[in-house]
Amino acid sequence: MKALLVAECRQGRLADSFPELFGFASALGAEVSVLLVGNPDDLPQFDGPLYFADVREYGEYNPDVHKRLVLKAVEAEQPDMVVFMHSSYGWDLAPRVAAAMKAAQVSEVAAIEGDGFVVGCCNGKMRRTVRPLTFCFVLTLQPGAFSPMQPGGAPALCHIEAGRTSKVEFIRHEPPAAGGVDLTRADVIVSAGRGVGSREHIGLVRALAEALGGEVGASRPAVDAGWLEHSRQIGTTGQTVAPSLYVACGISGAIQHLAGMKGSGFVLAVNTDREAPIGEVADLLVVADLVKFLPELTSRLTS
Amino acid sequence: MNILVCIKQVPDMAARFIPNAAGTWFDESGLAWRMNDYDEFAVEEAVSLKEQLGEGANVTVLSIGPDRVVESIRKAMAMGCDRGVHINDIHAAERDPWQIASMIAGYAASRQFDLIFTGMQSIDRGSAQVGVLVAERLGLACATTVVGFLFDDGRATVERELEGGARGFVRMALPALVTCQLGLNTPRYPTLPNIMKSRKKEITLLSPEEAGLEAPLVSGSGFAPHERSGSCTVIEGEVNDLAGRVIAVLNEKTAVLRRGGAQ
Repeated sequence: MKALLVAECRQGRLADSFPELFGFASALGAEVSVLLVGNPDDLPQFDGPLYFADVREYGEYNPDVHKRLVLKAVEAEQPDMVVFMHSSYGWDLAPRVAAAMKAAQVSEVAAIEGDGFVVGCCNGKMRRTVRPLTFCFVLTLQPGAFSPMQPGGAPALCHIEAGRTSKVEFIRHEPPAAGGVDLTRADVIVSAGRGVGSREHIGLVRALAEALGGEVGASRPAVDAGWLEHSRQIGTTGQTVAPSLYVACGISGAIQHLAGMKGSGFVLAVNTDREAPIGEVADLLVVADLVKFLPELTSRLTS
Repeated sequence: MNILVCIKQVPDMAARFIPNAAGTWFDESGLAWRMNDYDEFAVEEAVSLKEQLGEGANVTVLSIGPDRVVESIRKAMAMGCDRGVHINDIHAAERDPWQIASMIAGYAASRQFDLIFTGMQSIDRGSAQVGVLVAERLGLACATTVVGFLFDDGRATVERELEGGARGFVRMALPALVTCQLGLNTPRYPTLPNIMKSRKKEITLLSPEEAGLEAPLVSGSGFAPHERSGSCTVIEGEVNDLAGRVIAVLNEKTAVLRRGGAQ
């Protein structure tokens, strides 16, 4: 079986997620080739063909052009699968490649199961197995699902070229907003999610955080609803934290949130849904209406 | 300007999901349905753009599924979409992204849409493929995970959300498709007068075949609750009893209550 792994270049550097692609290929026992639109001074180390285009010529985000480059590599390599990370680069580019090849795509693969791939569904509560029905297929991998591997070696460099016309013009990158609260140093974090229900109830979360001597955090829906500022957001698009105690209030536990807090010491979750995926990482799940439970816990802690 | 917005109706995620007999997806009985979260942002963006452009702009909302999806089409029309398209497909929930895209692109191909808005993904399937597949099939410019959208001088400038809070800015000429991320805008609540008006708006009905349904490229099985790898203790009961038990566990398993945070 042959896997073409599509590596990513982020601001001139090979992205850190790259060894996970190798971890997946190794779990599958696949023969590996790699495509990279990247920096010639920062190449992956492995034994096998490396299809390469210089990022200074082709740009970091230029999906029309990158699609053509991937298709060039597919044509040369004839792989059984083309594998991306499920990242802002991968979920954007993979379906373009799949469409051009009329190939099946399985998104956000979490595990291998026989000839199929396990993916999460229903906001991470459920799972199912998806089997591609086309000879060559496209996958994106859930970040963190496969153990990283650094094979080492010296790739056989193979320069590829493609037309540079594009319907999408990249303007600029903007780094994450500076300032705000540094939650990475907090020993206790009490976070609010959609299940908190309204802005008025954020006070209950603040009061518990204060009683525990901790900081207030938030999941994405609580930030999008305007209940808390973005600088308190925890997860893929916010901060990654690892406090001694993490209290998740009304947070269902979407994979993007779990990615930002699963390194926490002890996780206490308060949720009305006993099957909420937060249970995946929680040590203790209290099934209760947080509007009743949080004041009770806070008053016990402060009395 | 012709604008199309594609929406999906999904169950409330707090529901308990029971696998269907084939184990391919959930049993739909007893579920409460609503518009996919991401798609509400797509509808809002489409309607705001129409308002920005004034006369001559119109918004069509499209959904695929059984009769129940008409509710979500009506909601989108109450938010300001002008007309609806219902591709009546009782098997929609089990179609793969390729098939859903084949129907949307099949419908849109001959209708000259200048802009198409979709959600970035659905909360039940979460493939994040359909929007991009539609754009590729129609040969449109496309940007995903959009948290900022500005239309000016015939071009769309969009802000893409990247990992860790970084952003990427991209410009596209029309026709184009964008997939909307949560937080792009603040979706409006339909007002009562607009709900009344929406009942008079026209919904065109199409069969999957008329829309151009193609064969699936993947098969699914083994729908089941996520195995829990961790060892989570679940407690229920009266809140005063629960609070006492939580404090006991925190005292036993953590040092945070001894560090002087709580008094």
